[in-house]
Amino acid sequence: MSDSVRNIWTISKRELGGYFASPVAYVFIVIWLLLNGVLTFLLGGFFEQGQADLSGPFFTWHPWLYLFLVPAAGMRLWSEERRLHTMELLLTMPVTAWQAIVGKFLASWIFLVIALALTFPVVITVSALGDADMGAIFTGYFGSAMLAGSYLAITCMTSAMSRNQVISFILAVVICFLLILPGIPQVTNFLLGAFPEKIVRLINSFSVYWHFLGFQRGVIDSRDFIFFVSVAVFSLFTTSVIIRNLRAG
Amino acid sequence: MIKVENLEKHFGTKRAVAGVTFSVERGEILGFLGPNGAGKSTTMRMITGFIPPTAGTVNVGGHDMVENPIPAKRLLGYLPENAPSYADMTVYGFLGFCAELRGLAGEAKKKAIHRAIEMCFLEPVMHQSTDTLSKGYKHRTCLAQSILHDPEILVLDEPTDGLDPNQKHEARQLIRRMGEKKAIIFSTHILEEVDAVCTRAIIIDRGKIVANGSPADLRARSELAGAVSLRVIGASADAVKSKLNLVAGAKRAAIVKEEGAVVWARAYPEAHSLNGTLARNVAEAMQREGWKFDELHTEEGRLDEVFRNITWSETAASKKEENKA
Repeated sequence: MSDSVRNIWTISKRELGGYFASPVAYVFIVIWLLLNGVLTFLLGGFFEQGQADLSGPFFTWHPWLYLFLVPAAGMRLWSEERRLHTMELLLTMPVTAWQAIVGKFLASWIFLVIALALTFPVVITVSALGDADMGAIFTGYFGSAMLAGSYLAITCMTSAMSRNQVISFILAVVICFLLILPGIPQVTNFLLGAFPEKIVRLINSFSVYWHFLGFQRGVIDSRDFIFFVSVAVFSLFTTSVIIRNLRAG
Repeated sequence: MIKVENLEKHFGTKRAVAGVTFSVERGEILGFLGPNGAGKSTTMRMITGFIPPTAGTVNVGGHDMVENPIPAKRLLGYLPENAPSYADMTVYGFLGFCAELRGLAGEAKKKAIHRAIEMCFLEPVMHQSTDTLSKGYKHRTCLAQSILHDPEILVLDEPTDGLDPNQKHEARQLIRRMGEKKAIIFSTHILEEVDAVCTRAIIIDRGKIVANGSPADLRARSELAGAVSLRVIGASADAVKSKLNLVAGAKRAAIVKEEGAVVWARAYPEAHSLNGTLARNVAEAMQREGWKFDELHTEEGRLDEVFRNITWSETAASKKEENKA
C-alpha cells in the first residue's frame, strides 16, 4: 500500500469508527429506513401502481431525503476538527490536506452507502411481487449513491466553513436545495411557459434531481455520471481551498 | 536540527511574528518565553507546518517545511496549545490512530503506544474516552501522541499548562531526559521552568526576539544580578545605607526592609560579577563597624525581573512610538 492510500484509509477508519461509536449512527439509519418505508409504501403508491418498479415510489424520494440526512451525517466532518482544534494535530502529522479531505469524505460516504444498502428489503419485496427490472434497480442504487456523494461533498465544504455544526448543516441544506430546484417538474413546467425549451433544458442540467432521473430509468448516461463527479470534485477542491485559507490566516 | 530564518506572519495588517531567526541543535532544550499574544504559538505553528509563513523559512532536519513538508513533519513531534484530542476516542484508540498516521503498524505500533503510555503515566485511563479525562490526563495524552514515534525534534506548546505541581515536576523531568538526545522547543510562561529545564531561552515580545541566551545569561541581565543582600542586627538603617554606599565596588545601596533593630539592606555592584568580591567587601565593612549580620549573599538575578523589564520596556517604547505617529 502506498503512503497516501494508507493515510486515507487510516483517517477513514477513524471517522467511520466515530460514527458507530455513538448512537447517532443507529438513530440516523433507523430514521432513514423508516422514512424510506413510509414514503415508498404509503405516499409513493408502491402497491397502487401495479408495477414491479422502484423508480417512481422509491428512488424519487431520495433527493429530498438526502437533503436533510446527508448534511446531518457530514456536518461534523471538519467543523468538529475546528472546534476541538484537532485539525492542528491532524495537519501537522505527515499527511497532506488532500489525504485528510478524501479520507473523511470516504468514511461518510461508506456510511451513507451502508445505510442505502440496508434498504434491500424493498428490492426483495419488489422482486417477489413481480418481474422487476434488476438492471434499473441496480443503476438506481448506483445513482442514489452518486447523489449522496455529491451532497456529501457539498456538506464537507460547508463543514469546513464554520466551527459550528448547525451553521454547516443549514448551509449544506440550502446549497443542496438550490441544486434540486432547477430540475423538479413544478419548476420545469413553470419555466417552459416563459422560456424556449433549449434554455429550460440548460437550466435543468444544473439540477441533481434531473441527472438522477436517468439512473432511475436504468440508464447510466456519462453526462449524468460526470455531473455528479464534478459536483463532488469541485466541492472537495473548494474544501481544500477553505482549509488552506484557514491555515494561512 | 531546526533553523528558522526571518520568519514573519501577518494576519491582515497585524504582524504576529515579525522577523524571528534562531536555531536549535540536538541536545538543546530551548525555552520559548513571552507575554500572551507575543507570537509564541504562531511561531510554533509555522515550525510544525500547520500555518505557512508570510515570509522567511523554516528548515527541519534539512527539509524546508513549505517546499517539502511530509519528510519534515515525519521528524517532528508536536503538542499543540490546549492539547487537543478526538473526543469520541479512547486514549488507546487515539494513540493508535496517531501511530498509524506516523507509519507505525503491527508489533511496532503496539510497542510504541505502550512506551508512550508508560512514559506519560496513562495506564489508569488507557481505555477511557478522552472527553471524560481530567485536564492533566488530557494534556498527557496529547503529549504521549507527540513522542509516539520517538521523534528527533519535539515542539511543545505549553507542555505543563494545567498540570498539578507533581505532574509538572514529572513533565519537566521527562522533557529534560528526552532533551539529551533530541532537539526540543517548548513554550511556557512559568519562569522557574526555564531554570529547571532549558539549556537556552528566547524571550519573544510583539513578534520579535528580545533576548536569546542561557538562563544564567538572562538572569545576569537583571538589575539584581551580583547585588549583595544582607541582614544587619543592631544598627540604624541610615547608618547601614551610608556605610554600604562607601564599600568598594558598590554602585549604590538600598534598604529593603526595617523591623525594630533588624535591617535588610542591599548593595548593588558597579559591574556585573558573581565572583563574590563585593560580598567580601561588604562583610569586611560590617565587621569593621562591629555590626552583627546573620545573613549575607550574592543575588543571582531574577528571571521574572528580566522578563518584566524587557517585555515591558519594549511594549512601553512602542506605545510611545505609536502615540507619536
